[in-house]
Amino acid sequence: MFAKALGIRLFLSELKVMFTRRRTWAMLAAIALIPILLAVAVALSSARLAPGEGPPFLVEVTQNGLFTGFTAMMLAMPLFLPLTVSVVAGDTIAGEAGLGTLRYLLISPVGRVRLLVMKYLASLVFILAGTFTLMIVGAAIGAILFPVGPVTLLSGFTISIFEAFGRMALVALYTTVSLSGMAAVGLFISTLTTVPVGAMTATLVTSGVSNILGSIPQLEWMHAWLFTYYWPYFADLLRAPIEWGSMLNNIVLQLGWIAVFGALAYGRFTTKDILS
Amino acid sequence: MAQQLAIETRGLTKRFGDQKAVNSISLEVPSGSVFGFLGPNGSGKTTTIRMLLGLAEATEGEIKLLGTEIPKDLEKALPRVGALVEGPAFYPFMSGRNNLLRIDAADRFSDASTRIQRVEAALDRVGLHNAGNKKVHAYSLGMKQRLGLANALLKPRDILVLDEPTNGLDPQGTREVRNLIRSLSAEGITIFLSSHLLSEIEMLCSHVAVMSAGKIIAQGLIEDLRNEEPTRLILKTDDIDAAVETLKANGIGKAKILGDQITCEVDPALDVASLNAKLVSKKVSVKEIRLQRSSLEEKYVKLTGEGFEVVR
Repeated sequence: MFAKALGIRLFLSELKVMFTRRRTWAMLAAIALIPILLAVAVALSSARLAPGEGPPFLVEVTQNGLFTGFTAMMLAMPLFLPLTVSVVAGDTIAGEAGLGTLRYLLISPVGRVRLLVMKYLASLVFILAGTFTLMIVGAAIGAILFPVGPVTLLSGFTISIFEAFGRMALVALYTTVSLSGMAAVGLFISTLTTVPVGAMTATLVTSGVSNILGSIPQLEWMHAWLFTYYWPYFADLLRAPIEWGSMLNNIVLQLGWIAVFGALAYGRFTTKDILS
Repeated sequence: MAQQLAIETRGLTKRFGDQKAVNSISLEVPSGSVFGFLGPNGSGKTTTIRMLLGLAEATEGEIKLLGTEIPKDLEKALPRVGALVEGPAFYPFMSGRNNLLRIDAADRFSDASTRIQRVEAALDRVGLHNAGNKKVHAYSLGMKQRLGLANALLKPRDILVLDEPTNGLDPQGTREVRNLIRSLSAEGITIFLSSHLLSEIEMLCSHVAVMSAGKIIAQGLIEDLRNEEPTRLILKTDDIDAAVETLKANGIGKAKILGDQITCEVDPALDVASLNAKLVSKKVSVKEIRLQRSSLEEKYVKLTGEGFEVVR
């Protein structure tokens, strides 16, 4: 009864559908490839980078393999992770509509609000799986190819290997939070169409636009409101002591985006004629 | 007491832009009936079904489904409704069995403890037991159609809304579905069967409504509708004049003659055997004599027009 009220079974069913798809696994595999490519490229090249050259932490990777995950996240955050998020979030409702399964879910009856909430939660699970995949594979490949030891943080402070794993998990959580607003935007866009590819593309475009707006200095007043604003700031977790302020602001910002676009998705989806 | 209605609509209208896809229809589907919902493609059948099931909102009018108001008490009615709407739809990358488990898990009123049993029973009932583990993308259209029916039968239902249920099935499959519908109807389930296949409706249904261009143009017992068309006597003979004479003497007039064939409208209760005896006694050599019962098809074509062209 409890499970029923919370819709846990529907949630598990959502996850089962998602993780039965080969596409989901292909995306996770592609995410895993980022730190692998990075580590192999660094290991094979004899050229030594001058400090400040290449992406942040790249120099550190050769000295301590545990940095591989952080560096890979720096590379994946602007485009690749959002790409996978747009695929999953854009597919939520539009994918079901495109297959025609939406009408059968609704007459089962699933309850429109319930479906919307479960779809969103399932897309968060995917993001979580993606960010953790990246960090875990990063740590693993780094440990294979490079020496591993206590990690010297940006502030010069050194933490133990054990604590470094804790920081990795925090980075994965932080980036998941960072992408949760975008997932809500994708959910809303997904209620607008029966063509999933259209919803996916449109969702990706919103993150691109947000990134562009974020890089125009004249629009600085709006920067802190963009859902992409905190995307690079997971590095704040690599300081000692951790700057929790950025984490907190990020959570508040993303909750705002979730509230607005969740409400829009609700307004749209609960009154929509399902003609697919 | 008035007959109970499983579906009742009043002035139901759906407007898309300035076109009325469904134009003020009043359906009356008696409980326990097998109700044929006939109409050419694009006449508004599926739109009507979508409104009945709460998928689309009516522009105007009222709907009562199993005595509850739609869309106000939609969730009260839906668990008692099994439906196949505009073809089956499943996740192609999942097995038939997992697809059914998924849809049942989505149903907020279904009992999880009996889920596996119910899914197996539904697969059995439509003859998909052995194909349950196959992925749906490997299913033929007919198998998907069966899986769609299995989905409609996941729980005990009071009404089944079936939109073109035999679409894509081979002759055996069609027969089986027909038998399935008969046995479900015998269990007391109301069947609302939308189709453009007249023979199917004629074989299965007790009641019928005919839709054309968004309106219901005829509704009632299938017998009554059929009997609105005349029964014809077909007589083939070489002694045309003598035959016409004899027919007239027996009160059958207005004979149409074409070659050696006489056709005239008669009372459906006409005793052909005794008429034949009279003809023979008048030395009319009868080559063929028979009654041609009016068919639903005739009535249908008369109602909806001959044209192949899409009406709108």
